[in-house]
Amino acid sequence: MNVRITMATAGRVLTQLRHDHRTVALLLLVPCLLLALLSWVFDGQPAVFDRIGPLLLAIFPLVVMFIVTSVAMLRERTSGTLERLLAMPLNKLDLLLGYALAFGAVAVVQSSLAGAVSLWLLGLDIAGSAGWLLVTAVLSALLGTALGLLASAFAQTEFQAVQFMPAFVLPQLLLCGLFVPRGAMQSVLSAVSNVLPLSYAVDAMAEVAASTGLTAAAGRDFLVLGAFIVGALVLGAATLRRRTA
Amino acid sequence: MASTPAIVIDQLTVHRGGTLVLDAVTCQVAAGSITGLLGPSGSGKSTLIRSIVGVQKVTSGRIDVLGRPAGSRPLRSLIGYVTQAPSVYADLSVRENLRYFAAVVGAAPSDVDGVIRDVGLGGKAGALVGRLSGGQRTRVSLAAALLGAPRVLVLDEPTVGLDPVLRRDLWQMFNGLADTGTTLLVSSHVMDEADRCSELLLLRDGAVLAADSPAAIRARTGTDDLEAAFLALIDAQEVAAR
Repeated sequence: MNVRITMATAGRVLTQLRHDHRTVALLLLVPCLLLALLSWVFDGQPAVFDRIGPLLLAIFPLVVMFIVTSVAMLRERTSGTLERLLAMPLNKLDLLLGYALAFGAVAVVQSSLAGAVSLWLLGLDIAGSAGWLLVTAVLSALLGTALGLLASAFAQTEFQAVQFMPAFVLPQLLLCGLFVPRGAMQSVLSAVSNVLPLSYAVDAMAEVAASTGLTAAAGRDFLVLGAFIVGALVLGAATLRRRTA
Repeated sequence: MASTPAIVIDQLTVHRGGTLVLDAVTCQVAAGSITGLLGPSGSGKSTLIRSIVGVQKVTSGRIDVLGRPAGSRPLRSLIGYVTQAPSVYADLSVRENLRYFAAVVGAAPSDVDGVIRDVGLGGKAGALVGRLSGGQRTRVSLAAALLGAPRVLVLDEPTVGLDPVLRRDLWQMFNGLADTGTTLLVSSHVMDEADRCSELLLLRDGAVLAADSPAAIRARTGTDDLEAAFLALIDAQEVAAR
């Protein structure tokens, strides 16, 4: 690991984003607009918005970062820049951590904005603190980044990479407890949802939204999320081959 | 050539997608030389280059660069590599690209403006690479390989599509680098670049057809024209095979 190369990579990824104003606007505004739409849909049932709103603050960053990073990494592969970097004195984890740092920073801004809009404009009413909401959202974004980097190894084209979102993420969305509480599902589904990373992001978000301060359950969910993030990054590094056929 | 070779290739065999691309290639590249790797497209030039840089899976054989096995960690900061397609970020400016690659190879940030000037892009440093012409992008890619003053430069068709003046300037720069002891391996499918090299490796169908200086190849084939010499060598090989 090399801090200089990791930081340079994060800076480079952010500079690329900075040149792409439309993507920045989409990244920052779409979650806010979707939450506004949601609060409008549940206009007559504020209690439902108070339950679902925080969960979406955990789900949006994961979904968005998953797509963005899997396409960004695929572009590195197809443009030849990945081959160039791997022929240089760069550790594979430097590259992946650089991406994680850059998109983690984007997630801080994205989630702060979406959280602020929800709490102060849309009237989202939660018992927990905005700070822990943000921590959970950023962990969820980092998870999306790490899973996206890993998934990009299995895509040969951008068409395939984009299709991984419904393939990898939608099943997790169905099983994460957003639609039916995880404990109320059939035992097979409940067992599957226990090993899916998004479940823990959603659990953590529900927990920090409902309680003041950090509970033991939320702490445990954070640890599981951290393990998924590290695991996906290490697996992602293993899929980066310096020598290819 | 009395100097020790910078690159030694011994019985290198490579398969790609089940087909034989390089067939027991054995050759050397002299240190401080400009060696031209010439051959028609599909002859295995890029695969040989990828093998030397250490990004190609090889079937068998051995490659040593500067006395170390190709692809080993210490070599990664000693070799500059330019792929055939310009491998730079289209959504960054010329300078932003080079600043990043400078950080990765550990070159001083102040080197960036020097290599931009070396490849004749001084006026374009702030331009987005995606807005540049194909030839300009190729030169950004070349500039990235020059960062950190590598001892071996491996360039896959670096002068394709460049105007003659620019091509002459780049070859002058290559000569300057070779004079300071840098070893250059430059692939090309254009024979008129062969005369600018001090040594030639002629590749055909994944095998070395000839490895010598341009003058020696001319003398051996009794022709002044290197294109004709290449044809004569192919004919001689086919007669011998009969």
